[in-house]
Amino acid sequence: MMRFTTLIKNPADWMTGEGADNAIVLTSRIRLARNLRGESFPGWAKKEERRHALEVMRPAVEALPCMKDAFSQELDDLTSVQKQVLVERHLISREHAARGEGSAAVIERRQSIALMLNEEDHLRMQAIRPGMSLRAAFESLSALDDELENALELAFDHELGYLTTCPTNLGTGLRASAMLHLPALVLSDQIGQVLQAVNKIGLAVRGLYGEGTESLGNLFQISNQSTLGESEETILRRLERVISQVATHERNARDKLLEDDPAMVSDKIGRAYGVLRHAWIIDSKEALTHLSLLRLGGDLGFLPLDTVKTCDALLMDIQPAHLQLHSGRKMTPEERDSIRAEIVRDRLQSLEAPDIRSTRKKDESDPDPEIL
Amino acid sequence: MDCDICGKHAKVHLTQLVGGQIKKITLCDDCAKEKGVTDPTGFALAEMLLGKTPGKVIPAAPAVAGSGRRCPTCGFTLEDLRRIRRFGCADCYTTFRDDVNQMLRGMHKGFKHCGKVPAGLMELHERTQRLEELRGKLDQAITSENYEEAAGLRDEIRQIEIRATVSKQTTDDSLP
Repeated sequence: MMRFTTLIKNPADWMTGEGADNAIVLTSRIRLARNLRGESFPGWAKKEERRHALEVMRPAVEALPCMKDAFSQELDDLTSVQKQVLVERHLISREHAARGEGSAAVIERRQSIALMLNEEDHLRMQAIRPGMSLRAAFESLSALDDELENALELAFDHELGYLTTCPTNLGTGLRASAMLHLPALVLSDQIGQVLQAVNKIGLAVRGLYGEGTESLGNLFQISNQSTLGESEETILRRLERVISQVATHERNARDKLLEDDPAMVSDKIGRAYGVLRHAWIIDSKEALTHLSLLRLGGDLGFLPLDTVKTCDALLMDIQPAHLQLHSGRKMTPEERDSIRAEIVRDRLQSLEAPDIRSTRKKDESDPDPEIL
Repeated sequence: MDCDICGKHAKVHLTQLVGGQIKKITLCDDCAKEKGVTDPTGFALAEMLLGKTPGKVIPAAPAVAGSGRRCPTCGFTLEDLRRIRRFGCADCYTTFRDDVNQMLRGMHKGFKHCGKVPAGLMELHERTQRLEELRGKLDQAITSENYEEAAGLRDEIRQIEIRATVSKQTTDDSLP
């Protein structure tokens, strides 16, 4: 059995965009909700019933081939900081972290598949991939779902599909979402318009941590809302189409900003660099705001391309519970802000100041006249 | 027509409207008596069609003052549903079918599942869908007085039902 410290020691591939283009679409995520037949749903079940459902599910889940040597823990056996770290990594939900006895998390070694047992539904299964990869994520999770179906009696109705605690998840039980970084659409004031259009097609837009959270660091989640009346294929196809359209808008907005107002872009990125390199006290929100711009700088060629990866790893590591775990003790918010600044300075130590005159784009298309 | 439970000659034909869907069943006298079909409210047809063992048909719960229904599996009531807008267990969807249909209005792109079906239920799912489709056509044929077509459809429905009963019996027989 994998230990907590081993599980979270390294960032997952999806966190740093390993092997994928994640400049705009950071991650793709698929969630399937499933329930057991003849067992009360977790929120309604008595303690013994929840425990019984867990005893039925846990061996089946742990026996999955991909869960060999996985991390598998009851939430009651984790400290609140450990649970919070899992939430910050999107491996369990905030709701799941708040649940008591009889709830468990089973997480694959590479953190790309995570199963929540006795969350709002008996089973909430999640697959995460870097970049735009909803299809691949769905296929891997659906295969896992097939395997579980052999071992568990799942609640299914011929008219309503997979039966879920909340009717908003009925049918496919599928929630597909992508995390997008949209700084140029925000800087050029187009974001409201774009997100409104996305909403109109019946897709949901949320902040960094899902439902009811604000957008930090220009990060937005786009996901389907309807789960009944359409096939998984239809849902994924629409979502993919919309996400790639939004990504194209963002790409165009980046190019246009660079063309129309290079001074403004340079100023933003330069200031972000300055603050992050030299701040001694920085709260989460400020850090995310500047990291977002530094990330943009990496993509636009003001900074080396691997700056994007550095920023993505930092996005995860500067969050409150991660800091707490890192320092190994309980800290006041003020102490956290100091440690956060220290980690950021440390990671960006060797990053040279942004090269404002020659962006990568310019290098490619229009050689510097001075050299000629 | 043969009894859906034991295969003997059937005399009782029952039609129920469950969640906007017409479900029909035929029973012989003995089975009808055993299942209490003389009192239609005491007979959970949907339960049976959804694959529960016929011997374990659950009678509709007695009316509880003020709340109406109570889920026989988990004890969830209509009041609980109105309060938390979530369900107690999978069977609640059968118990509160009418309320579900009301809740679903405007919630999703449709009312009927078109996605993945568990592999083990695929055959049953396809049969259920096919029967539903044929019954719809049959109703239409009767309404438009196209009796020739109706007879054909009725035969097709019967064939599927017989095949289902046979395959079910074979499965039952093969059990220890």
